[in-house]
Amino acid sequence: MDFQVVVLAGGFSLVPLVSKEVPKALLPVANRPVLSYVLDLLEQKNLKDLIVVVEGESAALAVSAWISSTYIDRLHVQVAAVPEDVGTAGALRAIHRRLNAKDILVVSGDLVCDVPPGAVAAAHRRHDAVVTALLCSAPVSGPSDSGSSGAKDKAKKPGRYNIIALDPTKQFLLHIAAGAEVEKDIRVQKSILRAVSQMEICADLMDAHMYAFKRSVLLDVLNQNETYQSLRRDVLPYLVRSQLRSELLSNGVQSDENGNGTDAMQNIKILPSQLLANASTPSFHELFALGPDGSASMTRKTHKCCVYIANKSKYCARLNSIQAFSDINRDVVGDANHLSGYSFSAHNNVIHPSAVLGSKTTVGPQCVLGDGSLMGDKCSVKKSVIGRHCRIGSNVKVVSSVIMDHVTIGDGCSILGSVICSNVQLQERVVLKDCQVEAGFVVTAGSEYKAESLAKNEKL
Amino acid sequence: MDPRRLPRTVTDPKVRHVGFFAPVGPPDESMSSPPRQTTLSPPVAGYSLSPVMIPPPRHLSSDNAPLSPLIAADSFLPVGSYNPSEFSSPSATEDFSEDNFSKDTGWVLNENSGKAALKQNTHAASGLTPVITNEGPPMEAQKEQPPASSKPKKEKTTKSERRALQEAQRTAKAAANAGGSKKSAAASAVVNSANANTKKVAKAPPRKKDSSSVAASEKKGGDRQTDKDRKKDIPHPRMQFDDEDQVEKAKKRSVVKQTESRNRVELFRHLPQYEHGTQLLDLESKFFQLDTVHPAIYAVGLRFLTGDISGGNARCIAMLQAFQESIKDYFTPMEKELTRDLPTKINGYVSFLIQCRPLSISMGNAINFLKHKIPELPSTMSESEAKASLLSDIDRFINEKIILAEKVIARHAVTKIRDGDVLLIHGSSSVVEMIFLCAQELGKQFRVVIVDSRPKLEGRMLLRRLLGKGISCTYTHLNAISYIMHEVTRVFLGASSVLSNGTVYSRVGNASVAMVAHQFHVPVLVCCEAYKFHKRVQLDSICFNELGDPDDIARVSGKEDIKYLNDWASIQNLQLLNLIYDATPSDYISMIITEYGMIPPTSVPVIVQEYGEHLLI
Repeated sequence: MDFQVVVLAGGFSLVPLVSKEVPKALLPVANRPVLSYVLDLLEQKNLKDLIVVVEGESAALAVSAWISSTYIDRLHVQVAAVPEDVGTAGALRAIHRRLNAKDILVVSGDLVCDVPPGAVAAAHRRHDAVVTALLCSAPVSGPSDSGSSGAKDKAKKPGRYNIIALDPTKQFLLHIAAGAEVEKDIRVQKSILRAVSQMEICADLMDAHMYAFKRSVLLDVLNQNETYQSLRRDVLPYLVRSQLRSELLSNGVQSDENGNGTDAMQNIKILPSQLLANASTPSFHELFALGPDGSASMTRKTHKCCVYIANKSKYCARLNSIQAFSDINRDVVGDANHLSGYSFSAHNNVIHPSAVLGSKTTVGPQCVLGDGSLMGDKCSVKKSVIGRHCRIGSNVKVVSSVIMDHVTIGDGCSILGSVICSNVQLQERVVLKDCQVEAGFVVTAGSEYKAESLAKNEKL
Repeated sequence: MDPRRLPRTVTDPKVRHVGFFAPVGPPDESMSSPPRQTTLSPPVAGYSLSPVMIPPPRHLSSDNAPLSPLIAADSFLPVGSYNPSEFSSPSATEDFSEDNFSKDTGWVLNENSGKAALKQNTHAASGLTPVITNEGPPMEAQKEQPPASSKPKKEKTTKSERRALQEAQRTAKAAANAGGSKKSAAASAVVNSANANTKKVAKAPPRKKDSSSVAASEKKGGDRQTDKDRKKDIPHPRMQFDDEDQVEKAKKRSVVKQTESRNRVELFRHLPQYEHGTQLLDLESKFFQLDTVHPAIYAVGLRFLTGDISGGNARCIAMLQAFQESIKDYFTPMEKELTRDLPTKINGYVSFLIQCRPLSISMGNAINFLKHKIPELPSTMSESEAKASLLSDIDRFINEKIILAEKVIARHAVTKIRDGDVLLIHGSSSVVEMIFLCAQELGKQFRVVIVDSRPKLEGRMLLRRLLGKGISCTYTHLNAISYIMHEVTRVFLGASSVLSNGTVYSRVGNASVAMVAHQFHVPVLVCCEAYKFHKRVQLDSICFNELGDPDDIARVSGKEDIKYLNDWASIQNLQLLNLIYDATPSDYISMIITEYGMIPPTSVPVIVQEYGEHLLI
């Protein structure tokens, strides 16, 4: 279908969960790296030729090792390493030589969703847009969000909620702003408003970071604006802003088109009202005949920024905060368990056959217990994910938490709404509530923490 | 300039068929049908059968040929213009079983002529009784025979019509067979009711007796036919969607999953009626799986489906350009020939496009053009040359047959616009728009009345464009047509297709505009490019039509508060019918303007014959 898929699997934002050893793309969600959700989705839709862009060499090595071990023979993946801190736009700039298809589908590696990417691509093709963004309804934060993740992460999760302006048909994007960046008022361009005459501003939609770009336009923008760092913050708003006066872009667009047919299709939309008012504009075919020289006489050139709004029944979330991490873990084993790829037992949970449970230990519904994990007696696990080869003592309570691999938990611990990374050791009678524990950390016996992030350097 | 024929009375059968439930008066004598049928139909109609049931006597002989020695001797074939498949397929099984029934009675009549036959006949169908008593039994057999005048007409039936007829008969027979075997026990219970159900029962025994072997052989033929169809991989353009077998087979082939809508309009069951929302979603989610479909074709299909591209010319051009794209990217696979392999590819694309939206007749013509071009390529030609030749052929088609044709039509039509004229247009037609712009450039003083109709309201865009050009306009809706027609001096209509009996097949509503204009003695000029002409004959807009999304008429655009019909699908006894096209009888059309000149509707066959072949060169 002449589409190329780029998965952006960078990011080190989620301190303390993410470390050098575990890049963000490999964070386990229900005991599978988060990247696998995107790759599975793409594979399922017959997209087998992918480019995965990872920030940093070491992370790239880790990711490519994982991909080649998991998806060998199934996917054809090129892993590209880009320097850290170049941003999403920079990452695409770095790999622009590898892009050769007509359109590029850019997917964020931390996306967990079941929206068919084909829908985005189809909307893109249908309108011959320069960019099409996938929007989904913003997740309603789970009940366990009481003061979680702390104020530290506030700054780190911008754009969680977007302010998005759409035309009445909900097909075109007129304005987009990250919710965190909007202080009090938003500024909407008068020209766009005048052209559309009616604008719908939504706060309940989230930009899911799945974009379809026209390659020529994307590369033009990236080349002409060297300072652009991020697709979301720079490129997309720029395209949206300039959609009624795309002096720079139209040349690129036209040179890319092979034949005056598609050119003319764009010429039809000379009237901005025609462009925006209704998609069912009868394409008036005299304009077909005009060709490139006909378009030269035009005063206004435009391009289209489209959106595809996912159905409310579809699950869509981004792992871009610690809160989101717990939420997604909960959802993937709970409401959206078709994503996890596990077959759930009659009790609505997944217990690996090699896991050993002590006597009187209960594992409630919506739980996942990885292989080789040992649990002592009288434990209780509710709505939690426990990784592989964990050793859990007796009388341990785990509620709404994520425990990664190789964690040792002493007797009598109580873990509530927390995230415990790999190789952590909890000694006896530790009580954790809404905490994050960095990999390899040792929590001393009897300590109690509430809403804290436990990391080595903090300890030192 | 007034080639109109004698105006018909309101009892014109065509009008009756559009209205469908209107009571029927005596038919006009000016009808060009065999006299037999004029004597037959009034009594039938008098029993207020639905009009679909009127034709049976006409087909009496059509199915008879293999059965009755008497008729076979006459070597009579069905008359072209009364092709039953054209005429009366609203609910084919029911209809054709009726057809068969009359045939069977005819058989009985021929064998046991005399009073006994008459008696049986009166028992079988009360509808026929008056005729028989009037004409007397000995006359009846005579009546069965076609009048000699119909013979020349036989020659006129085109291949496609004959084929459609044949197929219709086949389906009817298959249906009748199934019905017969089921109900043969109850067959003796012949009742005097006009109910089609009981008629099915009635016809069962004779059919079993004498025509089963014939039917069997026919059936075999049918299977062969479907095999061929499968190979071609294109759903038959005139597929009857009330035939479950055909629908099942088509479903297996189809790329796009289509859910049939629940509240289907009974009369239009033979047309595809799908849930419109689901198609798009399915197509979208399959975006990357449809490897066989070229991206350009996919995009065009998607735009057809969503209505982004509408209008005959625009759709045709978009399709041809998508074909160009796909031909550019085409490479002949190893050990295959371009002239053999490319047509199958294109067939696949065409079937994909049909699933997105049924093709218009003009698009069918364009596809035929392309398909004729491919085998003509010399085998010595290299692949790149062959591709270049095809591309330039398509370009030429677009330029000459569509764009240039429009310019020529505009030049012709402008001569019919005088200063002070008030011109009426319904909907939005690209040719007519061009005519107006042309007239404006020539400095003619005129006013335009744009008549629009829901649900598409295409006239608004046209209005905006015309106003932008400085043409003074009046905008009104179809409801006000009789009011506005007083001021109008010319009516310009576009057309989706012009059929060889002069019928104009176009956007729904055009027929009523033409009729009102005719009543007001306003000339109706239909502007249509010659590539849209088709040799088919169509008398009503029921047999072949397209059904749009019924939700469109339930919704009022811009008025979200009007939602009385929001959950209409859950109302059991409500069906919404959103027809896309209608057929305007030639009597209401003063003139058809093509690039070959201005012709009366009666001369359409000339264009089809003289220039139809020319299309393919």
